[in-house]
Amino acid sequence: MLDSTESIYKGIKNAGINFIVSVPCVNLKKLLEKINNDSEITHVPVTREEEGLGICAGAYLAGKKIAILMQNSGLGNSINALTSLYELYSFPLIMIISHRGTKGEPIIGQVPMGKATPNLFEGLGIDYKRIEKIEKAEKAVSESWKKSESLKKPIALLFDINYW
Amino acid sequence: MERYDAIKEIAKNLTDELVIANIGFPSRELYEIKDRAENFYMLGSMGLASSIGLGLGLSQDKKVIVLDGDGSILMNLGSLVTIFNQNPSNFILIALDNSAYGSTGNQETYCKNTDLLKIAKSIGFKKAFNFKDIDFKEILSEDIEEPIFIHFKINPGNADVGIIDLTPDKIKNRFKEIVNK
Repeated sequence: MLDSTESIYKGIKNAGINFIVSVPCVNLKKLLEKINNDSEITHVPVTREEEGLGICAGAYLAGKKIAILMQNSGLGNSINALTSLYELYSFPLIMIISHRGTKGEPIIGQVPMGKATPNLFEGLGIDYKRIEKIEKAEKAVSESWKKSESLKKPIALLFDINYW
Repeated sequence: MERYDAIKEIAKNLTDELVIANIGFPSRELYEIKDRAENFYMLGSMGLASSIGLGLGLSQDKKVIVLDGDGSILMNLGSLVTIFNQNPSNFILIALDNSAYGSTGNQETYCKNTDLLKIAKSIGFKKAFNFKDIDFKEILSEDIEEPIFIHFKINPGNADVGIIDLTPDKIKNRFKEIVNK
């Protein structure tokens, strides 16, 4: 039986991601633990997503393969960095996002940003993929870094509330 | 002293250190004073200079100097907490504090009444200094064991310098090349 956390983690390893910043989500709890225990990955918990994107950019300049783990609610905190840092300098980045506020969300406060999230990525011109099935996860994450590097811009993977 | 002379004072001591320069006049003034491949000029993303510097510091061994401003530090105050907790051993943050948003017309910041040095010390920085109390050259020549916060109090004012005529790709590529050499 495939495990939701394990599938993403395997993808991260396959992609060669070795520098991750994070702002937690309950759905990312187990994944964050695994990354914390992985000596090949530098994990930097941050106070705010935008800060994390700055840290990732610095790590990329030193040759790291970078990713952010976050909840989609933090996308609002990330917009300026995604445009005036990542788009401007053509930095790659993998965004592994717990997408809350979609169908089945029990917390009403998550709904507005949940709805806005895909539209925001479209407005930003950033490729995003919605992932609801565990079978799709490992491949999508594994391929993401090369794709992001060749596009010279971030790629977002939105893991739906029903994914976990 | 205004920012231009403060950056001159800092730049004259630089050897192979990597420098992250804050958006606006700090980058433009550094570009005029001492352009080098080791300078990363920020053309956007106000507030993130110290974060970019932290990621860089944690990912390689060369010394990293961040030329930040008080307005930008206030915009990303959590960064100081992360830097202290991550404890990079090659990291110097210089807060060029003119208590003003210098690049947008010198509107006053709250640093007029709030002391960034006290904030850094209260976060836990053990090496938190006033620029006027230290020998910067000596600090650069020594091993850095924990992150250093340097408060450089200056007067508002921008030098008459041009804009940076390098493309973002050029800034990135030459910086990346020298970092990974």
